[in-house]
Amino acid sequence: MKKLVMFVTLILLIGAVWFFLRTKPDDTKVEKLVLTGSSTVAPLAAEIGKRFETLHSNVRVDVQTGGSSRGVSDARAGLADIGMASRSLKEDEKDLLSFTIALDGISVILNKANPVEALNKQQIVDIYTGRITNWKDVGGNDAAITVVNKAEGRSTLELFLHYFGLKNTDIKPQVVIGDNQQGIKTVMGNPNAIAYVSVGTAEYESSQGAAIKLLPLESIAASVENLRNRSFPLSRPLNLVTRGEPAGLAKDFIEFARLPQVNDLVEAQYFVPVPR
Amino acid sequence: MFKNVLTTVLIWLTALIVSGVFVWLLSDIVIHGLPRLSWAFLAEAPKNAGRSGGIGPIIISTLSILLVAMVTATPLSLATAVLLSEFTENDSVIGRLVRRSLDVLAGVPSIVFGLFGNAFFCIYLGLGFSILSGGLTLACMVLPILIRTAEEGLQATPDDYRLAAAALGMSRSATLVHLLLPSAAPALIAGLMLGVGRAVAETAALIFTSGYVDRMPDSLLDSGRALSVHIYDLSMNVAGGDTNAYSSALMLILLLLIINSIAMSLAKQWLHRDIVLYE
Amino acid sequence: MSLSLADKQLAALLWGCALLAAALVLLVLLFLFKESWPVLQHIALIRFFNDTSWHPVDGLYKLTPMLSATFYSTLGAVMLAAPLGIASALFSRYYAPSFLAGCYRRLIELLAGIPSVVYGFWGLTTLAPLIGRLHPPGVSLLTGILVLTLMILPTIALTADAALAAVPAAYLRGAASLGLSRWGLISGVTLPAARPGVTAGIMLAAGRAIGETMAVLMVAGNVVQQPHSLYDSVRTLTANIALEMAYATGDHRAALFVSGLALMCVVLLLVGMAELMSQERRHV
Repeated sequence: MKKLVMFVTLILLIGAVWFFLRTKPDDTKVEKLVLTGSSTVAPLAAEIGKRFETLHSNVRVDVQTGGSSRGVSDARAGLADIGMASRSLKEDEKDLLSFTIALDGISVILNKANPVEALNKQQIVDIYTGRITNWKDVGGNDAAITVVNKAEGRSTLELFLHYFGLKNTDIKPQVVIGDNQQGIKTVMGNPNAIAYVSVGTAEYESSQGAAIKLLPLESIAASVENLRNRSFPLSRPLNLVTRGEPAGLAKDFIEFARLPQVNDLVEAQYFVPVPR
Repeated sequence: MFKNVLTTVLIWLTALIVSGVFVWLLSDIVIHGLPRLSWAFLAEAPKNAGRSGGIGPIIISTLSILLVAMVTATPLSLATAVLLSEFTENDSVIGRLVRRSLDVLAGVPSIVFGLFGNAFFCIYLGLGFSILSGGLTLACMVLPILIRTAEEGLQATPDDYRLAAAALGMSRSATLVHLLLPSAAPALIAGLMLGVGRAVAETAALIFTSGYVDRMPDSLLDSGRALSVHIYDLSMNVAGGDTNAYSSALMLILLLLIINSIAMSLAKQWLHRDIVLYE
Repeated sequence: MSLSLADKQLAALLWGCALLAAALVLLVLLFLFKESWPVLQHIALIRFFNDTSWHPVDGLYKLTPMLSATFYSTLGAVMLAAPLGIASALFSRYYAPSFLAGCYRRLIELLAGIPSVVYGFWGLTTLAPLIGRLHPPGVSLLTGILVLTLMILPTIALTADAALAAVPAAYLRGAASLGLSRWGLISGVTLPAARPGVTAGIMLAAGRAIGETMAVLMVAGNVVQQPHSLYDSVRTLTANIALEMAYATGDHRAALFVSGLALMCVVLLLVGMAELMSQERRHV
């Protein structure tokens, strides 16, 4: 028995050593492409990266998530070959170049059990700034509103604030979330919650039977369809960002990410491919 | 007498509630996670951001991170424990200092280790988001646990051994290698497994050190996503990732169970082993 | 006793390792300090207490609501988990028939190993909606406390169990021969004898509760505010770091390292307190 244990341990050790020391003939030529930034873009970029790797056997595409601002600053500092941002570049970021690979929108979502079918811009502003705290003031049940906001640094938050002309310090949230999915889970579990998340994510979840509904904005339904025809007002580009004109591998990757042959990947993540 | 009956009822009630809640939690995970669990799930790479496909590379990354952490932390902790229990007086200033700083280290929240690992290993030492950074960060985290259990195991060996060995003229190094370490082995193994358990379950410290990449790692300098990070990402960031999150959670629990039972059986074997003097 | 050359070499090696291990704390502190320096340099320390809110992007850095959230959630979890954990230990040690006691102990051991993300995941999908029905928003200080309680209960139960097992059998036989009832025996003899071990276990559990990140992040709501009731959502110091770290640059990132420093101070305080308590016990 003791021998057996020793044997197994030995095998495991040898296996581990082999695993990390094995050298492939073309090991020296492996090129690495590092992408960092927006957690909204990251899953898409990772999928595109995987397909890119199958076409270029000596390339490794590493995708790390953070926020859009992180992606922009990493690209600028050279920490990443390509930054990812789920928004357009700001005025003070125009020293960088951006390449749109897909479109996404932001939708206000409610629980399916909530009778409210639409809110106008002013009502949403009043709810988020705490001037309206009960659903009955906007035609719903007599129940307190649970306002769900995003944590600092998320570009979804920035876009939402910008669109509604708000400042984050004015918002009176009851819940603060990190990523989209946490917001959807919060609204699913609370019939009186209001949140804003990525349109694609929300549409996917509600099509899968999640107890949420997407509110129209300025009477235009929040749907991937309306994003595609550019009629939905609160949309955003998903960008790849580089410092200076991309060259070499980065250039190849960005060109590849904008080809029609990755449209299926874009759609699988519930985003809208950029028309070309 | 009334008090006696009352407390008996209360204690049974507590046990009932506690096991009820936990059975609820476990059955929830098993019911949702079991249908997807299969050999293919364990071997395949994640597809479509983890919604479909399996967790093969993620298990490999998790084990590699664990290996790095344990290979680094074990010798260091063993040496420190031996020093504390065999080579210093309990009350010496320096021994107390080392112990106190280890107490603090044991209390440091894992997220702070994450911050430290990110600043020190990833950026300052230039290791980047990698399995190596993650493993070293975890090594720092489990160090105090390993030292504490190893020290307790060594202190529990009877003083007779030391006296007899000294009377036979054995050097202290020889006493250590042939007598004390073997007889403390069950405690050492148990401590090691405790550390492995903590390390496998860790999420917060790994997010900022070993990163998110869910590809099969090629070297220790590659970024690799740990199982617990995968669960977190699936449940918080990927629409439709819940089913696979449940399955991964079930897998993580099973992994911990396997590690624990190996530890138990090893400890038992060592207990039955006679101490023999080689040479 | 004189040491041989080999022993001297071994001792030197051991000293090297031990000092390295001990220096790790200093290294951690040093790096936290180094990374928070950019913001500490041009912002008065008092502003972390006196600013109107935590909006680091807009240059507001108030940390106190998160400190109190950490404090309340830890306190609540320990207050719930300590009696439950001790009762669990008593159950498996003195009340349950031996078969049941074994099963129960295995269950608790299993739970001690469940990773915190799993608790958080379960709390978010199952517990939070239930509490939300009671009082919205569901993700709240209360949910955080309950999930933390579940997480630290096994720690307390297992350490208390070990402490009870270490009570000398002679005490029990002596007490039994005096004709004490079961509860009389437990409250009068075993619990006092096991007290140091039980307290140490509770301190350990408190440390875990303070440091827990992912589970709390998922269920406590994360609004930076002073909680006025159990149903208010709160953000702990640890959740703050995990929530914003990946998204932070510049001063914002440095301010998160300040949160880390604040956590270290809390831990140092706790270790100091434990030290004082154990010294007092020694003097009694």
